[in-house]
Amino acid sequence: MAVLKAKDLTLQYDQRRVVEGLTAEIPEGRVTMIVGANACGKSTLLRGLSRLLKPAGGTVTLDGKDIHSVPARELARTLGLLPQHPTAPDGITVRDLVGRGRYPHQGLFRSWSEKDDAAVQRALEITETLDLAGRNVDELSGGQRQRVWIAMALAQETDVLLLDEPTTYLDLAHQVEVLDLVTDLNRQRGTTVAIVLHDLNLAARYADHVIALKGGRIVAEGGAADVITEELVLDVFGLESRVLPDPVSGTPLIIPIGRHHAAPKAATTTLELVS
Amino acid sequence: MSTNPAPTGQRERTLEAPHPQRERADNALKTAKTGHYLPARASFLRRTLLNRTAILGAAVVILFAAGILLGSYTVTIPDFFRILTAHFAGGEKIPGASFIVMESKLPRAVIGTMIGLAFGLSGGLFQTMLRNPLASPDVIGISYGASAAAVTAIVVFGASGAAVSGAALGGALGVAAVVYGISRSGTLRAGAGAGTGSAAGNRLILAGVGIASALGALVNFLLTRTDIRTAADALVWLNGSLNAASWDRAGVLAAALLILVPAVAVLAGPLRIIELGDDTAAGLGIRVHRTRLGVVLTAVALAAVATAAAGPVAFVAFLAGPIARRFAGKASLPASALVGALIVLAADYFAANIAPLLLDGTVLPVGVVTGALGAPFLLWLLVTANRKDA
Repeated sequence: MAVLKAKDLTLQYDQRRVVEGLTAEIPEGRVTMIVGANACGKSTLLRGLSRLLKPAGGTVTLDGKDIHSVPARELARTLGLLPQHPTAPDGITVRDLVGRGRYPHQGLFRSWSEKDDAAVQRALEITETLDLAGRNVDELSGGQRQRVWIAMALAQETDVLLLDEPTTYLDLAHQVEVLDLVTDLNRQRGTTVAIVLHDLNLAARYADHVIALKGGRIVAEGGAADVITEELVLDVFGLESRVLPDPVSGTPLIIPIGRHHAAPKAATTTLELVS
Repeated sequence: MSTNPAPTGQRERTLEAPHPQRERADNALKTAKTGHYLPARASFLRRTLLNRTAILGAAVVILFAAGILLGSYTVTIPDFFRILTAHFAGGEKIPGASFIVMESKLPRAVIGTMIGLAFGLSGGLFQTMLRNPLASPDVIGISYGASAAAVTAIVVFGASGAAVSGAALGGALGVAAVVYGISRSGTLRAGAGAGTGSAAGNRLILAGVGIASALGALVNFLLTRTDIRTAADALVWLNGSLNAASWDRAGVLAAALLILVPAVAVLAGPLRIIELGDDTAAGLGIRVHRTRLGVVLTAVALAAVATAAAGPVAFVAFLAGPIARRFAGKASLPASALVGALIVLAADYFAANIAPLLLDGTVLPVGVVTGALGAPFLLWLLVTANRKDA
């Protein structure tokens, strides 16, 4: 297993500082959700936690070793990343695409092996994309395609998996499906997962651990029930809301208030219910 | 989806978790339609791809043979082997035929094949890396760099022979460095967008197109400043021609390819991963910038050595990749290389043997024929690409 830590991490593009002096640990073997408003630096943080962005200050370590001092391919055998907009080459089949996730396990002279075949097979099975294996990625639906990309990241067989907005452009059913799949992966393989997620309600439901960011700094972290409160939603998103226990899972459920539609009477009743 | 409220902590789903029905039905339909057991179909596809590449290889061999044996001066197959053994093992030469085959037809076909392979690979590398069919060395100014440097060497410095080829090589590399520098500096300034490879690719293409037109103007300017005989010498560097093919040039080209083709083989693996996007590739342990630089250098060197050997044979690099893709069903570097060789050999056969019949004996430079093919092909590419999007 592997522990991913950021210490005094500062990330910037050119002169624009996005993340500043951030110290955090992605808890081992659990699902961590990174939440925050647009442009709060959550995707940038994920880029910094993987090798995509070199820190302007501070370090990111995996099992105590600076990720930038480890050879790229060796790191990719422990730390996987699925970016927000991966691109599928024209005419590529699902099995071929998933197979490319095996790249870090291959060498210049070590080509495709039975072990790679087995890893691809497992990835296709857990994402239920085995039926699609021979099809072209271009002809899949959005939900199927996202499952295939996750399968590719799974074929990499890393201890830590970072996902950047894996539910973007998916309808609600597919969002739940993708997050269920990630949870399966975490529960069955013990994979440490960190996800940047827009949807606060889904983040609250699926998180073992929540990191809330504002202006490139951590505002709060911990269990969803402790972190996601009406005060935090106001602070981080600038949104007035009510937070109730989710009737399905008991996790925090955020009800935005907004300028219209507020029925004061109903709001008071729910408040009473909560307190 | 389960609608029962489940307490927290009991979120585990088994592998056999229910799955949205519509997708499952959809899958079943598609599988039934293809009528194949899927893994078998995948290997079937791989075999087809291999077969198609083999077909291309065979076509190259046939055209190569046709270029030597047929045309305005025909040689029989037994004569051809007699000439070859006489040349290498010593023995009785066939007067006339020996000279024509060994000093003209064979080096012409050998150089034609090699520049075709080099242009095809170069175009394939650029097009794959930048995910854009417009990104070929002839469109982004690399070939123009070679032409401009060669014409400058001829007109301004009175150079000839190997010095001109050397200037062409230097010009191609110089333009490549400028174009790459411009596109990289754009990337750095773009900041947050630095992760998107396609934006950097578009900048590279636009920078190249701009530089190509500037260099085109330079060449035209130089041609107006020189006397008509020097201009005629320089003209070869505008079209690309195999008329001056010789064993010396073939040797230099072969030596360059012996280094560059293995380099392509090494880069092909990481390039397959870069196709998935820069971020994905970085996540899979690719050093994206280093690999891109390696691909650019190799592709530029391929285009440069081919241009130095025969001039900027127009549009071969541009045409080879897309034709190979249509033929093989997916992007494939070996297929691009073979299609490049096919285009050059076929165009040269036409230019050297068929065009003189139509044009009262004028032997066209091969670049005129490929250039004439390029424009309609570009239009066809645009039309069919739009149809696919719609």
